[in-house]
Amino acid sequence: MKNLFKLFSIIILIITSNSYSFAAEKAEYLKTDWSFKGLFGKFDRASLQRGYQVYTEVCASCHSMKYLSYRNLAEPGGPEFSEAQAKAIAASFEVTDGPNSDGEMFTRPGKLSDKFVMPYDNVKAAQAANGGAYPPDMSVLVKARGGGVDYIYSLLQGYEEAPSNVSLDDGVYYNKYMYGNKIRMAAPLSDGLVEYGDGTNATVEQMSKDVTTFLMWSAEPHLESRHQMGFKAIVYLIILTVLVYFSMKRIWSRVESEV
Amino acid sequence: MSDHDYRPKSKVGQWFNDRLPLLTLANHLTDYPTPKNLNYWWTFGGILTFCLITQIVTGLTLAMHYIAHADMAFESVEHIMRDVNYGWLIRYIHANGASMFFLAVYIHIFRSLFYGSYKAPREIIWIIGIIIYLLMMAAAFMGYVLPWGQMSFWGATVITNLFSAIPLVGEGIVTWLWGGYSVDNPTLTRFFTLHYLIPFLILGLVVLHIWALHVPGNNNPVGIDVKKPSKDTVPFHPYIVIKDGFALLMFMIVFAFFVFYAPNILGHADNYIEANPMVTPAHIVPEWYLLPFYAILRSVPDKLLGVVAMLSAILILAVLPWLDTSKIRSAVFRPLYKQFYWILVADVLILGYVGAMPAEGLYLLIARVATAYYFLHFLVILPVLGIKEKTLPVPLSITEPVLGGSPNLAAARNKESKIE
Repeated sequence: MKNLFKLFSIIILIITSNSYSFAAEKAEYLKTDWSFKGLFGKFDRASLQRGYQVYTEVCASCHSMKYLSYRNLAEPGGPEFSEAQAKAIAASFEVTDGPNSDGEMFTRPGKLSDKFVMPYDNVKAAQAANGGAYPPDMSVLVKARGGGVDYIYSLLQGYEEAPSNVSLDDGVYYNKYMYGNKIRMAAPLSDGLVEYGDGTNATVEQMSKDVTTFLMWSAEPHLESRHQMGFKAIVYLIILTVLVYFSMKRIWSRVESEV
Repeated sequence: MSDHDYRPKSKVGQWFNDRLPLLTLANHLTDYPTPKNLNYWWTFGGILTFCLITQIVTGLTLAMHYIAHADMAFESVEHIMRDVNYGWLIRYIHANGASMFFLAVYIHIFRSLFYGSYKAPREIIWIIGIIIYLLMMAAAFMGYVLPWGQMSFWGATVITNLFSAIPLVGEGIVTWLWGGYSVDNPTLTRFFTLHYLIPFLILGLVVLHIWALHVPGNNNPVGIDVKKPSKDTVPFHPYIVIKDGFALLMFMIVFAFFVFYAPNILGHADNYIEANPMVTPAHIVPEWYLLPFYAILRSVPDKLLGVVAMLSAILILAVLPWLDTSKIRSAVFRPLYKQFYWILVADVLILGYVGAMPAEGLYLLIARVATAYYFLHFLVILPVLGIKEKTLPVPLSITEPVLGGSPNLAAARNKESKIE
């Protein structure tokens, strides 16, 4: 038994140390307390709603979020806007639909079932508008970056004057957390850039945290139910394991052998 | 399977069994005499069966929602993660299930190496196992391509390009594999087809693996032949069933931890970026379970020889029963082999580590030394050791002491409990 536990801890050690080796990063990321980490981690609802506001007022002018629909905003485990609010949000966007019976494309106000409207028609248009750099789709962005939420959170606050030995081309900025320190995106946030409805002070730090929380949700919309189900599943498995252990002991007591 | 006479009790049972002896088979499986001293390292066979079935069931469900098309694969995976009921759960079980499968198979293989389970009369079981392992690697590699992320695309490009090392026909073979002049939609659809097929081939081989096992019966930690059935054995049911069940539950706790709390830790972040043939990732690395072989591949400067070395590293296992010349199975009674065994374990772990690192400088040097040692172990150390090694006296049976006193058995028992 003891050896079995040892075995499992060794296994976990080996696996985690192995995968950490991929994620060897240089700059130490800024840390903050994420409410969605841990066994019972949940999203901070207010932060998600503020994060959506930052996304839609700031990021969405360049970054698409093509895998999300407006209905997601009202679904449990997300920002949980009321359905009326989500409908109003959707309706504030012009969606191209069609063709109609005359064969014409037309625009109409968005509905809950529509995907988030994209800032550009295609990748080429996005590149043309951004000096050749494509602003990546943000739907799963936190999962697509080695450092995850800490990386995004740090990057948003990592803009600095370039050190004298680094020369930057036009339209390139210095960011101490970016791979190679050079980034084509200008510092997107500045204090007071958005006006939060709930009166929260919109510092760069606050906005970074809110929008990163929002991005975590957009990448893992079922994170809360995953954590809840995981806790139940593991407790169930542990209880069952204990019961089976004692049954095993009982059965094996009939033979002269250790289990 | 014919050493006991079984007759169903009911008339219907007898009628059926005379025509198709399924009930005899069921009886054989429940009564199957198993050495009673099997330790927990022997529970991984059952765990692996569970892994295979889990992969097949979750895989079938995923296939109902997945679209094997270069333009839609990535999106369909996101559709599964977001809109399919419990799609996230099914996909995370499948993705982490692959890692769990390999974790279990490595333990299973190294158990066999320690206790000499590959030796006569179990060579066929072992060789079938190696074929299963090869097919597992093929299935895992092709499965990793299906989400059509950056690591999928570039991993597929790197691995398929290995075939171009074959002289003369290499380039042609690569084009044939791709179904075009680069990894693209035809590659994806054929990988999907093969990824769907291979698990069922594995399933068939698992049946043969178990069948071949049931002829000589299980090896055991003492590594001696046991009389069956006897005081040394217990019936498979309920003794082994409950023990395997207990170990499986422990395994499932680890599995559940990954699925629910760290579902992406074993994957690479780049695979959440949609495949882009115009952008090459900074480091192309395979999944963790292929890293030791990746290290061997990269440690050889010549491409063709690198591929040959990588393949030999796996295929050399198939001839292991003849490379290991020792008549004694269990490492418990082979003091020198036991030390070399642990060095080999360390060597493979080191290979895995350097496989994840860039192939340059010190890492490359370590990879080369570790690769050389890997082959040295199988080609030189094992054959020589079998002749030179002074082994400890082996007990005559699991329960009975050695003839002429028991001090050696006591020593053996102590050692046995240490590794148990």
